[in-house]
Parts: sequence; C-alpha cells; structure tokens
Amino acid sequence: MQVLPTVAGLLLLNFCIVHLAPGDPVVALGGEHGDAAHHAFLRARFGLDRPLPAQLATYVTNVLRGDLGISFVQGRAVISVIGERLPATLLLVSTALLLSSVAGVALASLTARLRRPWADLALSAGALLGHATPSFWLGQLALLTLAVGTGLFPVQGMTDARQPSTGFRHLLDVLHHLALPALVLAANELALTTRLVRTGLREALDTDYVRTARAKGLSDGLVIRHALRNVMLPVVTVVGGRIGMLFSGAVLVEVVFAWPGLGRLLLSSLLARDYPVLLGMLLFVALGVVLANLITDIVYAWLDPRIRYQ
Amino acid sequence: MLAPDAPAKRAELSRFFRSAHGRIGLVLLCGLLACAVFAGRLVPADPFASVGRALSPPSLIHPMGTDDLGRDLLAGVAHGMRTSLFVAFMVTILAGSIGIPLGTLAAWRGRLVDDALMRVTEFVQVVPRFFLAVIVIALFGPGVDRLIVLLGLTSWPWIARVVRAEVLSLKHREFVEAARSMGARPSRVLVREVLPNALPPVVVVVSLNAAGVILLEAGLSFLGLGDPDIVSLGYLANNAQGFLRVAWWMAAFPGAAIALAVLSLNLLGDGLNDALNPRGAL
Repeated sequence: MQVLPTVAGLLLLNFCIVHLAPGDPVVALGGEHGDAAHHAFLRARFGLDRPLPAQLATYVTNVLRGDLGISFVQGRAVISVIGERLPATLLLVSTALLLSSVAGVALASLTARLRRPWADLALSAGALLGHATPSFWLGQLALLTLAVGTGLFPVQGMTDARQPSTGFRHLLDVLHHLALPALVLAANELALTTRLVRTGLREALDTDYVRTARAKGLSDGLVIRHALRNVMLPVVTVVGGRIGMLFSGAVLVEVVFAWPGLGRLLLSSLLARDYPVLLGMLLFVALGVVLANLITDIVYAWLDPRIRYQ
Repeated sequence: MLAPDAPAKRAELSRFFRSAHGRIGLVLLCGLLACAVFAGRLVPADPFASVGRALSPPSLIHPMGTDDLGRDLLAGVAHGMRTSLFVAFMVTILAGSIGIPLGTLAAWRGRLVDDALMRVTEFVQVVPRFFLAVIVIALFGPGVDRLIVLLGLTSWPWIARVVRAEVLSLKHREFVEAARSMGARPSRVLVREVLPNALPPVVVVVSLNAAGVILLEAGLSFLGLGDPDIVSLGYLANNAQGFLRVAWWMAAFPGAAIALAVLSLNLLGDGLNDALNPRGAL
C-alpha cells in the first residue's frame, strides 16, 4: 500500500467533510443578525474568502506543521487536547492487543496439542460467542458481576481518586483499573486470533514438513513451534488490519468504564459539537491505521523471507 | 468446472443443512426475523409508552422488566431488533450494489481500471468508519437514513475484493473460453458464465459483513448517535449504563439480543461457506 497517496486522500477527505457540512462558520461566529461588513471582515480574517484550492493548501501545510486548529470548547490547540488523551487509549489498546495475541496463540496451540474433540468444540464455541458479543455489553456484564457484584475491581476511571498514590503503588493502581477494560477489549480480538491460529495450525500440522519433523522425533511442542511461524502470516495480516476496529472498540469500552482516553473525548466533543477535535481525531486514528498497515507489511516480510519490498 | 446445474445446487443445499453452524444460524435468524417483523403484534406495547412501574425486574407481565420510565423492555428489544436487522439489510443491499459491479469491472477490464479501483478500495478500507460516522452524524444530525448510507458507502470494499478475486480466477477457465470461442458476446459471457460462478463466495462475505454492520450500528447508537425517534438495541444499552447498580436487566437483554443477531449471521456465514466453498475457508 502506498502511504503518501493514502495520507493525501485522508487530508482531502477531512477538508471535504468540513466544507460539505451544513451551516456557515461566519454566521456562527458573527451572529445571525451581524452586519455584512463584520461578516466580510470575519471571512477575510479566517481566509474563507479565498478560493477552495488555496484554502486546501493552507490546511495541508498547517496539518503538516502539526497544527490541527483550535478546539471550540477548550480554546486550546487540538493537537495538545488529543495528545493529552492519547496515552491512556494507547495503553488500553496495546495491552488488549498484547493480551489477545499471546493468549490467542497459546490457547490455539494448547488445543492443538491436547487433540481432544471437546477442547476443539469449546474453543470454537468460545470464539464464536466472543466474536458476536458487543464490547460495550461485555463491559457492562463485567461491571455488573466483577466490579459492582464482588468489588474485586474498580468500577471506573484510571486511578483511585480517593487515595492518590505515587511510584510503584500508582503503577499497581493503574494496572488494577486497567485490568477489566483491557480484558473486555481483548475478548473480541482474542476470539478472532484463536480461531485463525487454530485453523492455520490444523492445516499446517497436516503438511509434509510437519510430518518430516515428527518423523525425526521432534516433540509436539517443537513441531507446533515450527508450524506457528507459517501460521502467523495470515494472523499478522488480519490483526494488523483490525487496528481501526480496535480503536472504535476502545471508544465504547472507555465510555463504559469511564477510562480517560480518546473515547471520552470523542463523546464529550460530540455532545459539544467540537468539530476541530472530532476531525483531528479522525485524522489521528486514520494515520494510526496507515502506520499499523506499514508495520504489518514489515513484520510480514520479517516472518516470510521470500517477501521483499523495493 | 462447469456452470452449476440442478444436482450441484441440491448438493450445496444438502451440504448447508449438514453443517451444524448453518442449521443453528438459519433457525436463529428466522426466529429473530419473525420477532422483528411481528414486533408490533408479539408485544402489544408501544416501546416508547410507559406501561408499568419504573425499574421493575423481569416478571410475567414484563418478561424483560421495565426501564427507568416504566417502558416495557421486551417491546423495546423487539422493536430494536427490527431496527438492527433493517439497517443491516439495507446496508448489505447498498454495499452489494456498489461492491459487486466495481469488483467485476476491476477484474474484467484489468490494467488501469483495476489499478484505479483497487487504490480506491484500499483507501476506503483505511478510513476508520466508526469515527467517520461519528463526525457525519455530529454534523448532519442523527438518523437511520444517513447511517445506512454511510455504512453502505464504507463497507463495499470487502465485497468488491472477493468479487474481483473470483472473477479473476474464472476469467480464463475452460468453460469461459469455450463460451467465448463459440462467439458469445463479452457481456453474455460475463453475465451467463462468469458471474453465476463468482457470486457464491460473495454470499458468505455478505452475511459476515451484515453481522459486522449490526455491531457497528449498535456501537454508534450506544454513543447516542441513533435516531432518537426509533428504538435501537444500542440506545437501550446506553440507557442502561446509568442504572447498572439497580437494574441489571436493562443492560442484560438488549446486549444479549445484539449478540444473538450477530451470532446468527456469523453461523449462517459459516454454514454457507461449508456449502459453497467446500474446499476451504475464505
């Protein structure tokens, strides 16, 4: 995939959305009954009287300089508003991705080693259910049972507001708050990863190279490790292609658990019609998806030495 | 491979019914469809009407309990199911009517057309449609119609890619060459020989895509982006968020309904895959 045309397309899309939107920003700023001269002044002040291509050029240079505009609500640069919330979401998303990948490969390898019909059945039933469950519902169920019901986990937030802590205790506090949202977010991905790895392993364990390895007297564990390297190719593609889905899942999970990340920002900006922030977020997530695709390609080439990119 | 005839069709049908996934999925989906179609008669209550005491737990009169305004939850779930399935159906039609012609065109024409269309497809796949939907609805206001258009305009690439791959693999098969050498016009070869054989795997993708659309719609209405005048399952789940401590049923049933709908379409897709692509998964 070519990165530059995609990024250019994303910028163009963002620009078009703003200009297709109903309503005139000048009327919003100057008031419906403001005089024509004032409107003309505002129009010139914000460069809205210039032809569209010129406006597009300004927009693109601004974005390239890291200027995504000013938040209507907070009156600060969009990039710093988003930058403040990004770490929490990245923490949640990366934890979930790590959990689902490691647990998915482990679960699938385990059932492949067990070679029991009931294990396979349980795995595929679990995968089907996990794949069908909306993340926000799983979050609500987890809240109902594990947080409200037993009190084992905190109900919301990222830290305990009643007992501010520092250092190692702070880290533990964050992990304690992270556990439920990360597990819930990981569940969907886990279902998909497990299913993919299991299907791949089933095919791989039937191939000639695995039979040869077995004939040489390799243990089950080693055989599976051989096979896994080939199985990982499609898994990497699918998981890498789902980064966008993971972010939208994170938004919903963050709303359920009041996790202070991009999701909460999205919701509050939505309610306040804070368009610069919403558009900035769209651009951010889209660039994240492009970056994830790029990384996927690199990992792919690393896993399969036959693939070379010019 | 020859063009499918009656016995081949029958074999596909019997393979579908032999697959447990397919059977369960079909039965589930039919049940949910019946709920959605007859929502008005099964549950006499208007989903927006206050019919009982607020926040009463499931009982014989209100099998799923009532919400904070005393509205019957069963009526809400049945009508919400109608919305979910309607959106999924319309999005599927829209996405199919964009994706199938574009995929066919890309594979049939090849070269420049193929390159151009595939670039567009890749681009649409990069755009995070959940975030795009949030912005479009924030700008234009909530509504089922724009939700359908938006999800339709962003979910065709997957269909287009599968159609393209199928048409490409069929384009130079013997039976297609045979039709061509007998002097059939290209359009006739495409419509009579290639497309009927290219579409079965597309059916699988379409049903899996519909499942994804239901999840997306639920997520968006969970954020409060659905049509405020139409009950949807996501809206009910969103409403439950404030009453988690006092009314578990408000969260439990709408979410379970979404999961069932998605599960039924996924199972159906699996069954269709077993029947139509017996040699392997997509």
